[in-house]
Parts: sequence; C-alpha cells; structure tokens
Amino acid sequence: MYGWVWRTLPGPVWGRVAIVALVAVAVVSICFNWLFPAVAPFMPFNDITVE
Amino acid sequence: MTEHPVTSEQAPGRPARSRPAILAAVVGVTGELLITFGVLLGLFVVWQLWWTDVIADRIQADVTAELEWVRPVQQVAAAPTPTPTEVPEQDPVRRDFPAPSIGEPEHLTTFALMYVPRWGPDFARTISQGTSKSDVLDVLGVGHYEGTAMPGAIGNFAVAGHRTTYGKPFNRIEELVVGDPIVVQTAGTWYVYRVQSTSIVLPHQVEVLAAVPGQPGEVPTEAVMTLTTCHPMYSARERYIVHATLDYWMSTDDGQPAELTGEA
Repeated sequence: MYGWVWRTLPGPVWGRVAIVALVAVAVVSICFNWLFPAVAPFMPFNDITVE
Repeated sequence: MTEHPVTSEQAPGRPARSRPAILAAVVGVTGELLITFGVLLGLFVVWQLWWTDVIADRIQADVTAELEWVRPVQQVAAAPTPTPTEVPEQDPVRRDFPAPSIGEPEHLTTFALMYVPRWGPDFARTISQGTSKSDVLDVLGVGHYEGTAMPGAIGNFAVAGHRTTYGKPFNRIEELVVGDPIVVQTAGTWYVYRVQSTSIVLPHQVEVLAAVPGQPGEVPTEAVMTLTTCHPMYSARERYIVHATLDYWMSTDDGQPAELTGEA
C-alpha cells in the first residue's frame, strides 16, 4: 500500500519526501484537534466525579 | 486447456498475477493497515498524556490571568514588617461562622482559586461551576458540583478535578495528609480548610457529596470541602476522596493567610 503510494507520487525523491511529510503533519493535526477529542469521552479512564 | 493458460484474464501488456501473489498483496496491505492503526493508537496516547496537559494548562493560565481580583501572593520577606509601636490591629483571622459566602454562579463561571501548599508554592488552580467533562473539567480545570455548598457556607463545598491528563490539577492528591491546609480564594474572602480525612470509594458512592459527608439527609452544622478525583491513576475504577473542614476565613482586604505566605 505505502509502496504503491511512494511509486505513484510524482517528482524527485526530495519532492516525494516533502509531500509525505506534509501529509503526515496534516494527519497528526487532524487527529489531535478533532479525532482524539471526539474519541476521548468514550475512553474508560477519564471519569473523576461521583454520580 | 493447458496450452493457453489464463490468457483470457490477462490484461494486454501486463503479466498475470498468480493466486499466491494476490494473497501476498492482501496480507501486505492488511499488515500495513494494522501498523497504521498501531501508530494511531500510539499517537492517541501521546495526545492524551501530553497534549491535553499542554492545552489545559494554557487555557487555565489564561482564565487565571483574566480574574481581576487575583493578586499575586507575596512572600513574607517582601511584606513590610509592622513596627512594635503600632497599635495592634484586629486579628484578621476570623473563626465566626458561617463565613461570608457567595451564591452559586452560572455554569462555566470561574468563581474561585484554590491553593494547596503541600503541592508547591506555585500551585493555584481556578474553580469553575459545573462538573461536565467536555466544557469544565477537561478545559477549565477544577469544577464545583452544582447544588453543593459554596466556599465558606455551612454544608459541603465539593469539587472534582483530573488526577492525570487535562492539566491534572489533583495529580498529587495522595500526598495530602490530615491537617494540610487547602486555601480557597473568592473575590472577597480567603477560606482556609484543613484536611480531615482521605478515602477511596466506588464511583457511585455519592454520599461523599452529602452536606454532612457520608450521612445523606443530615442537617449540616459545619463548612466542609470535598475533593474527588480518579483512583487508581489512569483508571476510573474508584474515586479518591479528600474531606476538609473550614478552619478560618479572612477578608482579602486584610492580607493573605499565613499558610500561603510561608509564615505557617
């Protein structure tokens, strides 16, 4: 899968490295800002109140 | 049949992929997806254990800075020493109860600061109204159980705070011992509570929030404060509870409690 992506990306090696790095940063920021905050309430270790 | 193998399925110019090759490709992609999932799980741990602290600390520092009535605690060395010829002032420490108290503010309102000298001279966290996670506990820090007493009032002033992650205000709760001061500051009053007991209960044991802790329905006669957080760390199996009773109060115009200035 990742091999296919790497072969499909256009440009020289440094260009492909740049694209991959950019995508990685985008994925991490999406996870940190939206995905993980949305998932966290369903995790079983964050309850601190008695109810 | 054996003279022209698989020619009908073969795309022109491309070699046919044998069954083992397809299987290898499927296994390869599955493996890569699993590795990706593993990396995402690792990222989630990084986010939960580190990034939530970064964000919550930043927000809580901003909220503290916006509170106009907060004055920096002055250490004893910086305070002017009164000359012996002065007429002794009235003792600012007040033990006449009930202490002055404010009414419950609206949800999300930050109405108090708490200091715990045991957790270091720099420990100061805001207390905001409400105990919902998404908007109070995960963001603003310590939250006040709605419907319980307010600081200084007769009854149970109960607050919840994270012990791990999201700024972890109550991270060092297990270090508290009986007699430790917990200082709460509102716009006009200092309240100095002293730790009375610590306990570990199950999450459904709401009697710790009762006006007389542990005795629901009893009419309260003293002002107590209750801290709740998770126990053990990184688990929600139990709750760590600290009960404290009001020792004294003083007006914010009369200086600062000795517990904060290092005199006590």
